[in-house]
Amino acid sequence: MTEMTRRGLGRAAMAGAISTAAGAFPALAQGSNPIRIGYAMSLSGGLAANGRSSLLAHRIWAEDVNARGGLMGRPVQIVSYDDQSNPANVPSLYTKLIDVDKVDIVTSPYATAMIAPSMPVIMQRGMTYVSLFGAGVNEKLRYDRYFSMNVTGDDIKGTYARGFLECTKMLPTPPRTISILAVDNDFAQRAAESVRSMSREYGLRIVYDRSYPPTTVDFTPTIRAIQAARPDVVFFASYPPDSNGILRAVSELKLTAALFGGGMVGPQIAAVQAQLGPILNNLVNWDVYSPEPTMKFPGVEAFQEKYRARAPQEQTDVLGNYLQPYAYAQMQVVEQAVNRARSLDQAALAADMKANPFSTIVGDVKFGNLGEWATPRNLFVQFQNITDGDLEKYKRPGTKVILYPPELKSGTLRTPYGAPA
Amino acid sequence: MDPTLSLLLNGIVSGLLLGGLYAAAASGLAVSFGMLDIVNIAHPALMVAAGFAVILLGGALGLDPLLMALLVAPAFALLGMGIYTAYHHFFERRGDEALQGLAFFFGVMFIIEVGLVMAFGPEQRFLDPDWAFTTWRFGEIDVPLRMLIPALVSLAAIGLLWLFLQRTFIGLAIAAVAQDAQALRLMAVDPVRIKRLAFGISVGFAAIAGGALVVVQPIEPSSHHVFIGRVFAVCIMGGMASLSGCVMAALLFGVVENLTASFFGPSWSPAVAFGWLLLVLAVRPQGLFGRAA
Amino acid sequence: MSATALPAPAVAGERRHLSYWLGATAVAVALAVALRLLGNEYGWYAGYFVLQYVVLAAAWNILGGYAGYVNFGAAGFMAAGSYTAIVLYESMGLGVIPGILGGAVVAGLLGLGTGYLTLRLRGVYFSIATLCLAVVLQTLIVNWDYVGGSRGAYIIRPMTVPGFASYGEYIFIVMLVLAVLAVGIGRTVEMSRLGTGLQAIRDNERAAEAVGVPTLRLKLIACTLSGALMGVAGAPLPFYAGYINPEGAFNLAYAVNSIAMPLIGGAGTWLGPVIGAVLLATLQQAATVTISSALNLWIVGWMLVIFVALFPRGIIGWFRNR
Repeated sequence: MTEMTRRGLGRAAMAGAISTAAGAFPALAQGSNPIRIGYAMSLSGGLAANGRSSLLAHRIWAEDVNARGGLMGRPVQIVSYDDQSNPANVPSLYTKLIDVDKVDIVTSPYATAMIAPSMPVIMQRGMTYVSLFGAGVNEKLRYDRYFSMNVTGDDIKGTYARGFLECTKMLPTPPRTISILAVDNDFAQRAAESVRSMSREYGLRIVYDRSYPPTTVDFTPTIRAIQAARPDVVFFASYPPDSNGILRAVSELKLTAALFGGGMVGPQIAAVQAQLGPILNNLVNWDVYSPEPTMKFPGVEAFQEKYRARAPQEQTDVLGNYLQPYAYAQMQVVEQAVNRARSLDQAALAADMKANPFSTIVGDVKFGNLGEWATPRNLFVQFQNITDGDLEKYKRPGTKVILYPPELKSGTLRTPYGAPA
Repeated sequence: MDPTLSLLLNGIVSGLLLGGLYAAAASGLAVSFGMLDIVNIAHPALMVAAGFAVILLGGALGLDPLLMALLVAPAFALLGMGIYTAYHHFFERRGDEALQGLAFFFGVMFIIEVGLVMAFGPEQRFLDPDWAFTTWRFGEIDVPLRMLIPALVSLAAIGLLWLFLQRTFIGLAIAAVAQDAQALRLMAVDPVRIKRLAFGISVGFAAIAGGALVVVQPIEPSSHHVFIGRVFAVCIMGGMASLSGCVMAALLFGVVENLTASFFGPSWSPAVAFGWLLLVLAVRPQGLFGRAA
Repeated sequence: MSATALPAPAVAGERRHLSYWLGATAVAVALAVALRLLGNEYGWYAGYFVLQYVVLAAAWNILGGYAGYVNFGAAGFMAAGSYTAIVLYESMGLGVIPGILGGAVVAGLLGLGTGYLTLRLRGVYFSIATLCLAVVLQTLIVNWDYVGGSRGAYIIRPMTVPGFASYGEYIFIVMLVLAVLAVGIGRTVEMSRLGTGLQAIRDNERAAEAVGVPTLRLKLIACTLSGALMGVAGAPLPFYAGYINPEGAFNLAYAVNSIAMPLIGGAGTWLGPVIGAVLLATLQQAATVTISSALNLWIVGWMLVIFVALFPRGIIGWFRNR
């Protein structure tokens, strides 16, 4: 199989990984009439870390599909552009993809801030659209051909924090107070809203509830203020690199709590796991994937093996335990819908996605209301048995133990966080 | 101890430590921006670039980041001299420094940031010495070494720079060059050479600040955005050309930021800090610690 | 450096104004017709991208180019326009045109306020203040739930606009008109006594003040006008994208480009920003869809450095000197 070397070139053409008929450039590929899938992705700027690893996952998918003989007998080709993590670039890129490149199928960039500005263009053309890790994009737009590859479902407020708060029931003594700290961004604020609205139901009184700006350098005073409020349960909703800053400050100030964690984005990422090492022990955090026996869906291990072999040279996350399997699954949804509908007609694809479940490397997926997952699957995992920053253990079960949801549960809660080892 | 009092004391202490980092970043700027009148907006970007150098070399050689920063500082000083040579040749000599010079440094800043993305990818990088995971406790007050050691190293380096500027002929010449280049010429000192040297020192200080930054937090190519406003704010509040004023302003800035975070929540600290700067500019443009012109 | 320092006879001046407006209208109509014949939606969107920078660069040039006061906070002024449009949309359901007017007023007042606080000082203080202003504004927006806070705000834009092929065409035409107006305003400033006074400030502010130029008042007028036009550049953005969030609205790219474009084209001339914006924005748009990596931003950085080093008067100045 020929390795893609044209990484810098946006036209990550993928036609015919085995067949030599299709070359790297679209012009050469015309003979084999490829199916072209287009999207924008953040390859530079703030969202680039996840954007780049999603692109790698998509390439692996395209190679896999082409090795199986393509879609409806036609090779698959990916056309992608860098949106530079700037929402203002997105509308023109999608009109370019649809009108100039005349791609057959469009999929989304990574994250809400990039998906949202693509929606007017997508809706105007009636394109069927599978998005990656957007949160509540379709709440106001209510577009009926929008489908979301994200575990959060259509009611983030009503469901997101459920798993975390359910973990309070596993504690030996029921906790009474909770603190909330969330970064000023879309997803974290939704997460905070969710835990805020549900706390009372679990008998928790909110003793600290603040937001912080992403430009914060020193978290010591904030953590100190939380410590002064003496919460039994500590909930953070943060983004990298703040997640590091928060956890470092927590360990320096020896903040402890019966249940500690929340919706921190960062501890899912290999570089953060390597840096923080044992600081992560007993952290209970939102996640989307963990290599536990309960999540060994068919194909996920094969994907991760391919991904890990190529991640270092592509300068992306070396483990692929976060959104990477979902990026692959996003394309699997497209693949299965095309194969079932035997057509590239957008209405037919949307009808299929609405009606039928999909079997992907992240499990069976069924789309429901507003195109979100019919049943949300927010995992809450606990980091356990960590002694150093070595990453090998994250490839094996027992490091990120799943506590919620019950059907995927793979271990028991350890408490408290921050006790001397 | 009363919890509020404990919060207050800890806020002040952590603010002072944070201020130490700001002082490291701003003192280099006090030399270039304050003394030489060169608006080096790329200073924080150079600091982050030095941080990357520290992580790569320090990681490869197994050296402590702060030690590594001292070792790469001369290389950055040379780089700074190169930048000044170009700046002098194209802008200062022609009297174009106001607009074009500013744009030049803006471009340099951009080139550094994007260059780092292309060379190392957008992922955050880190190099933690073992001692950075230790915290000293004095009663109710916590002093994490992660913040303390970089602050102390920075202040020590600034102290040495202060001695150098006060006690050596070259140091005095640097302080004089912005005031009266002609007088220096009469003393058979080439003002351009002095300025080149001073700018080199300022960029060398950016490297030391970069090492301190690496200890405090993981860095990514865009990390310098956070610092641009802050270091210029500190420099102006400190009265531009005064190192001691710069350190005082940096410490004060850190304390204001952290006390705001302690008592009013962190979301207001940047607005308070920068609003304060706007106020200073409006009512006391010579800076809090500067003398009236 | 330009011929404008000489006061031209009034009649000739009026004729020159008329010829600009006629010429610019003709170019704009030709552009719109050509893109419509092309019949490609991408043309509208890419065209909008370029034209917003024409407005932004022309706006920056009024203060930066003529008076030599560098505004680092273009993104802040632009976002003030964008968010004014959002507020008007949320509160009264108003569309893009009222949004532009509102954006102009708010960003203009912002310019007046900033100018009043800092324009009495040296230019560099003004620059730093604009940098801080952008930070403070972003913090305010992020903490303001009514406009979506950090989550961003959605605008449900209509699918069609009567008389236009699509909403894309409509928003493009709006921006086209704004670009013609912004460049025209810049040109009028340059030809007026205001422009002459601003150039005197740039060349030697103390001397200008000594001979009786009301420097502070001229700078305030220029700062207000420049801010208002930046707001105008930003107001249609939420309607173009259907969504806006603080990170996007305060994007560094706007600050960089608003400085790079006039300087590369030729700051202090009305045509310079247009040339710079068309050249650089087209290059960026082309690079985004071909090279498509961080490299294209890198090219912008290098172009800025090389141009200001080798052609301090920009492309215009280079041609004039030959």
